[in-house]
Amino acid sequence: MNDTTSSDNANDKQESLISRFIASTEIDPRLLGMLGALALIWFGFHFYGVIFNNFGAFLTPRNLWNLSVQTSSIGIMATGMVLVIVTRNIDLSVGSMIGVIAMAMGLLQVEYLPQFVGLGHWSIWMIAVVFGLIFGTLIGALHGWLIAYREIPAFIVTLGGLMVWRGMAFLSGGGRTISPVDPTFALLGGGPYGAVGATLSWVIGIVACLGVAYILYSGRQSRIKHDFHLRPMWAEVMLALVGWATIIGSVLLVNSYPWPKGIVRQYGARIGQDLEGSFISHGFAIPVLILAAVGIGMTILMTRTRFGRYVFAIGGNPEAASLAGIDTKWVTMKVFALMGMLTAIASVIASARLNSATNALGILDELYVIAAAVIGGTSLAGGVGKIYGAILGALVMQSLQSGMVLIGFDSAIQRIVVGMVLVFAVYLDIVYNKRVKK
Amino acid sequence: MTNKGTPLVELKDISISFGGIKAVDKVSVDLHPGEVVGLLGHNGAGKSTLIKCLSGAYNAEAGEIFINGEKVIINNPRDARDHNIETIYQTLALADNLDAASNLFLGREIITKSGFLDESTMEAETRKIMARLNPNFKKFDVPVSALSGGQRQSVAIARAVYFDAKILIMDEPTAALGPQESEMVAELIQELKKQGLGIFLIEHDIHNVMKLCDRASVMKNGKLVGTENVANVTEDDILSMIILGKNPKDKD
Repeated sequence: MNDTTSSDNANDKQESLISRFIASTEIDPRLLGMLGALALIWFGFHFYGVIFNNFGAFLTPRNLWNLSVQTSSIGIMATGMVLVIVTRNIDLSVGSMIGVIAMAMGLLQVEYLPQFVGLGHWSIWMIAVVFGLIFGTLIGALHGWLIAYREIPAFIVTLGGLMVWRGMAFLSGGGRTISPVDPTFALLGGGPYGAVGATLSWVIGIVACLGVAYILYSGRQSRIKHDFHLRPMWAEVMLALVGWATIIGSVLLVNSYPWPKGIVRQYGARIGQDLEGSFISHGFAIPVLILAAVGIGMTILMTRTRFGRYVFAIGGNPEAASLAGIDTKWVTMKVFALMGMLTAIASVIASARLNSATNALGILDELYVIAAAVIGGTSLAGGVGKIYGAILGALVMQSLQSGMVLIGFDSAIQRIVVGMVLVFAVYLDIVYNKRVKK
Repeated sequence: MTNKGTPLVELKDISISFGGIKAVDKVSVDLHPGEVVGLLGHNGAGKSTLIKCLSGAYNAEAGEIFINGEKVIINNPRDARDHNIETIYQTLALADNLDAASNLFLGREIITKSGFLDESTMEAETRKIMARLNPNFKKFDVPVSALSGGQRQSVAIARAVYFDAKILIMDEPTAALGPQESEMVAELIQELKKQGLGIFLIEHDIHNVMKLCDRASVMKNGKLVGTENVANVTEDDILSMIILGKNPKDKD
């Protein structure tokens, strides 16, 4: 590992090259590990399909586009779960919260609002979403208050929440399925109409590329200003190229998935044109863009604001945080309120995607969300966690699941595999941490 | 030289109890600018508890705190900091998962105009102060859990010194340090003293007390045994105060 010792052993030399690469680019080795796992899953399922079914269904625009939509709801909640777990807490109630928030929004837009503003009024979806966000934030704040100010363990409060909110979801609609939701609201769940199309996807992609360039440039400028260690130029260029390639690759991918023929015909009929046979791209799905916005926002919150700093400090040493004058209770309550708001966003996406609200919406989601955060490198001991890790963790979980669906595993086997992967991923993380400490 | 003028800090008849046990019982101590007052006593004598009433970690049940002759109320660590009271805790009170700069500025982060953390300015400031306190310190980008005991100590000291402390509380600052690092802390105490800071030093090592302190206040079982000018007493006098709980003056 030492750069100064020259080694004649090829293996040693290679290892030092990798560690030098990681040091120069300042990439978290965990990120590489996760990308490796993701590649393994994607190619594994694809070639399993090629060999046994004569058709690799995984690495197709259609599947990857669907995968991105399926990841959104779990991914959004996982970003909040990072904060919860970093502060040494847990939230078992998010799945049930999805259910009760979806029911509340569903009843509001299907049964109550039309009475006042008229069916199909333009404001219905906005009122429903805002109401859902407030409702979710309040539920989370209530959990946070019980945990921080009444000192009931988070495990118990949210275990209680898991049962209470699921029960409320059932009671509020009398067990009915509330459907269909407002058509504009439904766009938030994705689908052909709930995607932004080819042109806008390119615009978003280019803005994102400029963003990557700006972040790298301003980071370098600030290091120069303070005379800090600089990344070598090749590492900066490489990071930029990888970033751009990922973004442009995603744009090309979502743009190469066309609308199904039926939708094209329906759309053509609606706008009075004959679009028969034309290629209309999906582009990025709206829920994916929401996930991206949440991911960026949460990353800024965690790494660039006092609040994020305090969240980490509380997780690292609650006593030190409080001796440093941090109001740890208030921060904890805010973390849970934020978790509630993110759960509400996930609930909007989940119910919009289903085009209905059911009291069973979100069952077991809490476990997938926790698993995503943990696979993404969030330590249950607190103090350590990354937003992008949790989103990638959600993508790993969802890839496994949809891959197994594609190759025809039934749900019992899916659960067995997901459960084992979770335990194995955490084990790998523990092994990795021990090696780093040595 | 030490007892003239208004004290920088005066703790008057401070009492606090936990579960019916009087941890601190009507204890009064004071501290003047440019003075080091040692707080001595066995484990459990109430030194740390007393001092935590000043640093805002505990709230005294009875008693008053005066700073520069004015009565103040200290309810939390933030209040203490507002009165330029800085504390170096025995446990150091560092967030192990954060780096040196984040710990140094914890609770008092430098913010850019747009309201975000100004990481690079904070790191630059940290580098500056560490260059002064511990020139060998180079590990700015790792969590403090990866630092040695002495390095962690210097982060904790830097945090207290950086923010223009007027009153410094040091709870066994050399307990976890090697001889060389202890010497560095001793030199630092002398330097801070010259700058006019008042320092409360909780210390077990009687040699350090004789060397560093101007006065020594001894506690036993939550009560103050007595406060003596170090120049007027011997090590044995102080030891007998600690062990027997008797003021050597009483012998006369």
